[in-house]
Amino acid sequence: MHVTSPASTDSVPPQLSAGPRPAPGPAADEGLARRLRALACTAPLHDLDARKANLAGEYSVYGMAEVALAAIDLVTLNMDFDTGADHEQIVARLIPRIAAQAPRRPVAEHERVARWVLENLINVGSVDRGFRAVYGTFAPDGSYVRRDYDFKLIEEVPGYGGSVYLRTTDEAVNVLVGALDTDVTSAQIAAEVKLDILISRGRLADAQLAAEQARYRTVQYSESLRRALDATRRNVRAVDWLQAIPDMIAEALDHVADRYRHENAILTNIRKARDETEDPGHKRRAAELVDIVKDCIRRHTQLQSRLLEAGPLFRAEQDRQVFATPMTTSGTDLYAHLLAPVLPLPVEQALRVTDAFFARGTGLRTPGSVRVGDLVDLLLTPPAEREHLGAEMPEPDLIATPDDSRFSEEQLAAATELLDLPADAPRRLSGLLAEARRRDPDLPYLVALLAVHAASPPVGTAYRQGEEKLLFAVDDGTELDDPEFGGADLIVGTALLDAAGMAADRTEAA
Amino acid sequence: MTEYVDRSEPDVVPAAPSAPVPAAVTPADAADAARLVAFGLQPKLQPARDQEYADLLRRYREDPPFARLADAVATGLGLVVLEVSPRAGMAVTAAEDSVFAVRMGDYARRAATDSGDRFLHGLAHLAVAAMAFPRPEDLADDAYIGRVTVNGVDSFVRQACRRLEERAAEQGENTDPASDAPGLEAAWRIWHRRSSAGATKDARRLPGSTTGIVGKAVAFLTDSGFLQRTGDDAGGTYRTTARYQLQVRDMAGSAALAELTELGIVPVTDGTAALLPAEDTDDLDLVADAGLPFHS
Repeated sequence: MHVTSPASTDSVPPQLSAGPRPAPGPAADEGLARRLRALACTAPLHDLDARKANLAGEYSVYGMAEVALAAIDLVTLNMDFDTGADHEQIVARLIPRIAAQAPRRPVAEHERVARWVLENLINVGSVDRGFRAVYGTFAPDGSYVRRDYDFKLIEEVPGYGGSVYLRTTDEAVNVLVGALDTDVTSAQIAAEVKLDILISRGRLADAQLAAEQARYRTVQYSESLRRALDATRRNVRAVDWLQAIPDMIAEALDHVADRYRHENAILTNIRKARDETEDPGHKRRAAELVDIVKDCIRRHTQLQSRLLEAGPLFRAEQDRQVFATPMTTSGTDLYAHLLAPVLPLPVEQALRVTDAFFARGTGLRTPGSVRVGDLVDLLLTPPAEREHLGAEMPEPDLIATPDDSRFSEEQLAAATELLDLPADAPRRLSGLLAEARRRDPDLPYLVALLAVHAASPPVGTAYRQGEEKLLFAVDDGTELDDPEFGGADLIVGTALLDAAGMAADRTEAA
Repeated sequence: MTEYVDRSEPDVVPAAPSAPVPAAVTPADAADAARLVAFGLQPKLQPARDQEYADLLRRYREDPPFARLADAVATGLGLVVLEVSPRAGMAVTAAEDSVFAVRMGDYARRAATDSGDRFLHGLAHLAVAAMAFPRPEDLADDAYIGRVTVNGVDSFVRQACRRLEERAAEQGENTDPASDAPGLEAAWRIWHRRSSAGATKDARRLPGSTTGIVGKAVAFLTDSGFLQRTGDDAGGTYRTTARYQLQVRDMAGSAALAELTELGIVPVTDGTAALLPAEDTDDLDLVADAGLPFHS
């Protein structure tokens, strides 16, 4: 009580003396309103911890606000150029953190917590799927007005094929992810320069923070661009293609080229840091950094391909829209004359316009008229059974194909066994053929075939599949002396491959 | 639509006594005229697909007394004739108090009680039309076929809302509505704060979301024979029919414009010339700035 009393004596008197004294200036009040709104954005998070007691079960061990902030971070990081983050994926990635908070609880409960937090951040229960906070300000005439502030933290957006994705709103990013309400380009440059320095000094913890901030900005950047390109597609004349858009595209392309170079350089640096460092913590952090920077590069590439599409799109739309024969009759400009003026109106007035449009713009419906006789029949008809599984599949009529293989499975096994040579003892093909002939008169053909194939071993495939050894054959000029075969007496041997080393190379190259 | 009744009444009444050459209207003619109107009441029926419909349309165009008879039948039923042509068929629409008129309360139940929802449904229809005919030329050109997508309409309105929000913020205006006067809230905020999509248990569109509302509008217009579904991309893609163009141009657009003028809202520049480029520069600022991420 005593702690809060100084604050309340500061704020209460102006309100009480609003009559005789002029109300505080609008500028001061505006700042207050802004802070009140920022404060309101954090309320749903506090609310989660307050309401977890109401859940059926013992949920007080979970830090709900922590889970909520983690969810907002995850959604922000997974937002893509076209879509948002996938709902299920966010739940899955939240679970490890929730599990760490209460490791003894069942996984189903962890998942329930994740879904509960996510649904509450969307606020699924409300019509608008958002939050509302009420705050008070002084109007210019000195009267005190209570206002509704509506905001969202995570919103759902339509994706491909009717799916729904999640996106964090500007409010959530500004208040909860960090004060990112700055110029995107300059902020990104600053962050990346910082990253460079941090890595060269080996301060990886800070470097990771900087890299993540850089990625937030990259996301913001592509988000802004997506909106710009959408506007371009809509109406050519509505967009300034003489100056603004070409400038923006050039700027963005420069940006992409610049960042791409930069991030590749960073990538090389971090890799070096990762490979040279002794400390496992550093090693892991550096590996995470590699992932983050790779993701940045991926986003830039995506952005660039969008930018390249913009020019042809403009020319096609220009052809369609501008070079058509001009019309002599004038029409209503539905957007400029109707939609645009209606939107800023108060709802009460706007309703009159939209109602008028609706009444005349929806066409006609022939009213249904029912006879009592039909109605009785209709009501007595049993509902048609709905087929949940669709029509029954006909049993496929399979025809057994004759086995026309040249060699049998046993022969292949015998040949493979014969060619399973120790790495340090290669053999001549002539010897192998002789040994094969002793076992089975047909076997030499298979052995010869395999040996010839081994003359050009599939090194690339073996490398990709991580094989540990590989059969090879080399011709050293010796003539083959055999009753059935002619040609070179190949030296057949087995080469051991460094599977672990190759795996490491592969992940790095990817 | 009293003016229509006034116009057709003198047309039909003097037709019988003052027609010297043509024969009197027979019951068979009246049946044919009514049949033509009945075809017009099935908006999804294409004249090209039905021989009888096409024959009656030809008769309407070649036989003026028959045409007047068909017009009279339509007017008597409470219908307004927009156009009779091979492309649009017998394009009729409901007069204001006709039994054929669509009422908002029947269209969406929530809209009957909630003015916010009623506005959203009305705005969705206006936005679909604005997106289908983005330029005045498109609305005037009979050969033009507009294309709309559900998600496109939503993002188009959202962009306009966002621009209004930015403009209000630039002017330091507080657009948060007063708690005790919801009717004074700026209209764009209603759309802006409604979520654009929502996950549902059965993977259908959330009816209360803005894409759900637009989806309902386009599905309804498709049933009215105004749109044809062409694909599933971006929430569903549709193209316009001749009837829709007529309906928007001759009925809805002018009615809404008249209402707006009555509110005294339309800027004075609109009264002089609708197609001046100056008009376009206004929304040129609008969309270009909304797209530019790096202003100031």
